[in-house]
Amino acid sequence: MSGQAVPVDLSGHMLDLEEDEDLEVFSKHHSSAADGGSMPNSPSSMVNQYRLEDEEDELVDTMKDLLVTVDQPESHVTAIETFIVYRVVTKTTRSEFDSSEYEVRRRYQDFLWLRGRLEDSYPTLIVNPLPEKFVMKGMVDRFNDDFIETRRKALDRFLNKVSAHPVLSHSQHLHVFLTAQDLLSHRKQGPGFLSRVGETVRAVAHSVRGLKGRPEEFTLMHDYVEEFSSKISSVDKITQRIAKEQREYVDELKRCGPTYSLWAALEEDLAEPLRGVAGCVERCCVETEEHIQYLSEVLVPAVHEYVLSADTVKAVMRRRDTIHADYEVKNEALALRKDEPQALEEEVGRLAERLELANSALKGDWCRWQEGMRGDLRSAFVSATEKNIQYYEKSQPSQWIKMPWHILGRTPFFMPSLQFHSSTLHKVQLV
Amino acid sequence: MRRAASASSADNSGASSRRRKMMADSESIEEVAVIGNTDITPTEAENNIVNTMVERGTSLLKKMEISVAEAEKRTGKNTVNMQETYTVYLIETRPAESVSEGGTPATPDTLWRRYSEFELLRTYLLVTYPYIIVPPLPEKRAEFVWHKLSADNLDPDFVERRRVGLENFLLRVASHPVLSNDKIFFLFLTEEKGWREAVLETGFQDKVDSRLKSLNATFRVKNPDKRFTDLKQYSDELNTVISQLLRARAKVADRLYGVYKVHGNYGRVFSEWSAIEKEMGDGLQSAGHHMDTYAASIDDILEEEEHYADQLKEYFFYTDAVRAVCRKHELIQYELELAAQDLAYKKQQKEELVTGTVRVFSLKGMTSKLFGQESQEQRESRLTALEQNIQEGEAALKQKNAECREFVQTAWEDIERFKEQKNKDLHEALISYAIMQISMCKKGIQVWSNAKECFNKM
Repeated sequence: MSGQAVPVDLSGHMLDLEEDEDLEVFSKHHSSAADGGSMPNSPSSMVNQYRLEDEEDELVDTMKDLLVTVDQPESHVTAIETFIVYRVVTKTTRSEFDSSEYEVRRRYQDFLWLRGRLEDSYPTLIVNPLPEKFVMKGMVDRFNDDFIETRRKALDRFLNKVSAHPVLSHSQHLHVFLTAQDLLSHRKQGPGFLSRVGETVRAVAHSVRGLKGRPEEFTLMHDYVEEFSSKISSVDKITQRIAKEQREYVDELKRCGPTYSLWAALEEDLAEPLRGVAGCVERCCVETEEHIQYLSEVLVPAVHEYVLSADTVKAVMRRRDTIHADYEVKNEALALRKDEPQALEEEVGRLAERLELANSALKGDWCRWQEGMRGDLRSAFVSATEKNIQYYEKSQPSQWIKMPWHILGRTPFFMPSLQFHSSTLHKVQLV
Repeated sequence: MRRAASASSADNSGASSRRRKMMADSESIEEVAVIGNTDITPTEAENNIVNTMVERGTSLLKKMEISVAEAEKRTGKNTVNMQETYTVYLIETRPAESVSEGGTPATPDTLWRRYSEFELLRTYLLVTYPYIIVPPLPEKRAEFVWHKLSADNLDPDFVERRRVGLENFLLRVASHPVLSNDKIFFLFLTEEKGWREAVLETGFQDKVDSRLKSLNATFRVKNPDKRFTDLKQYSDELNTVISQLLRARAKVADRLYGVYKVHGNYGRVFSEWSAIEKEMGDGLQSAGHHMDTYAASIDDILEEEEHYADQLKEYFFYTDAVRAVCRKHELIQYELELAAQDLAYKKQQKEELVTGTVRVFSLKGMTSKLFGQESQEQRESRLTALEQNIQEGEAALKQKNAECREFVQTAWEDIERFKEQKNKDLHEALISYAIMQISMCKKGIQVWSNAKECFNKM
């Protein structure tokens, strides 16, 4: 084992045929990217390879060799159940794909499967989260158009992130997901569930024991993620709350417009300005509705993705800790054992390497994650502010302010008492 | 810094005086401007108002400036000898000439009044001038409130708004062509001690009860005056629509408050979050500050909106006064019809007595039929009595007719005046509402633009 190029897949105790395939994919990628020839296989050089890939990725970004889209949600009815199926289109120039274009149909469960397999294969890489299985509160209907569209966008995002990831995009599971017409037969293979149980048990056992040698940088990472998770969850809740308050606001505001119109019907001289106000109020309602939609369908999902992502990072860190603890336990045992050290030594060595790889994978992916987070959240917040600006621009009653001032019979000299900037003044026109 | 409002502002709208107070109290007046006339300065605008006052004002206003300057809490024993806390309001009056002299204005005459005295004054005016649409007082208890506003009568914000409302009331009365000449009103402004006695001496109390009865009684008028029935209907409909609007507006204010305030949470969370970030930290922190600014801005916005609501409220209460005038007219009309009816009946009776035919049932007629004819003497005396009655009846009818005609004339004069005032005031209110909306949107755009810049630096 030590002579081969060691894959990033580190769930070493598992017997998984697919791991070997992953292995090959991985080495193939490296041979196409590197100078060719035999691969260096020490952990530290692996780290260098990894970093190189990241830089390459940036260059290649504009010329993506793997493009995926998720679209065309359709209702699929069987005797037992009804569910939504999405079309997944792949366009690629990668040699490991037989064709350059693929089109398959996938349901949400298939995405769940893919993600599970990716996590299993690369336990210390940060895999993008999927939109949640259960509906978020406030939405009742799983088959509601808005919900389906929001989910579709999230699934599209997920696949795009995975296919842009330097390591994950070469996963055999992804390959199968994108190409196989019948995914079900592939899904039936693999342990998945059992391994996770084992992992959880060991994680619990280790946490009881306590981790002694956790490197400083991972402790810092851990503390950061805890705090970040709490903050981003707050932002998520606040945003949802704002949407709720806006909804209550617009529901009340909707009553005002008709009342002004009713009043206008009673009046003669006042009819026009009253109708003007009614129109203004009605437009404000329309704009607010649109804004609520934006919040629920764009901003909240964008923020929520990072709530889930933070949880993912926490899980990744736990897995790293487990791997570390595995090594520690055996290492301590080795120190105590005097007889038969050979087998144990080998095992410890293997675990040490495994740990080393896990750490470097996580470190690399952590940088990637941070940059991604910063970019994603920045653009989400910036477009949110733009939306707010637009909202106020469109809500301004600038049209109907061209009211017949002459009805007042004089220049409205009382206006000095109302302060407003001279810029407003120029916008207001006298009829 | 506080300035007394000059009385002419009541001519257009009591709200104007409030707004001018706001301007005086605020710190930055740099960018004050007038629509259509960008060069006008605050002093020039002030002079405009003064000039209009002299043009359009009543003789009372030409003499004096009136304001309700302050409010104070007092405690004392009430009529049942219990301790109570109440608020008194300071009424300031000063001679009108002192304004244009440019020097320091003369010290005003002052006296203190409580709300119940204002109520007494208004009741007196209602009873004494039933053909006039008497300006309303600010509400006794806070209605149409949203949660942030207190409904407590002793709450300082409520007291302040009431002070403004009372001043508005006085200015409205002082600028009314009829009411401003009333002696009792003048005494209200100038005599602290003897006023109550003076009011009671007028004997208006007697009329109060009968007025209340008449307002609430149900009776049918045979030939209603269409103008008055139309006006009453309009007034009722206006009352309904404004109350609907005020209720809806209060709820909207409540909700909008919630929307803005929740954004304050962003400020707190971004600040905490910025502490764990390196490159993102500054952007997040400063964006958070703008969120705090945004959340705080709603307080001023809603306070201004409250003034708009007060303007609507005044006219909501005005509809009651309009209704009262219509009802009074109905009553007079009804009494007129009764008098005419009564006269007609008596004449009928006389005719029958003279001709001997019985067309109208009378007890006398019946008994004479049953028990035999009455004597000639008896007939004669009855006839004389009837003729007397008829004469009295004719006099009464004539008087009622005159009363009705006069009522209609004076009432309708006031109604026309009121209509014009209403249209002007509400038009201005709607315009100021629009301006408020513009200002609110501008503020919003500003804050979010600032936040956007901060986020871009993240």
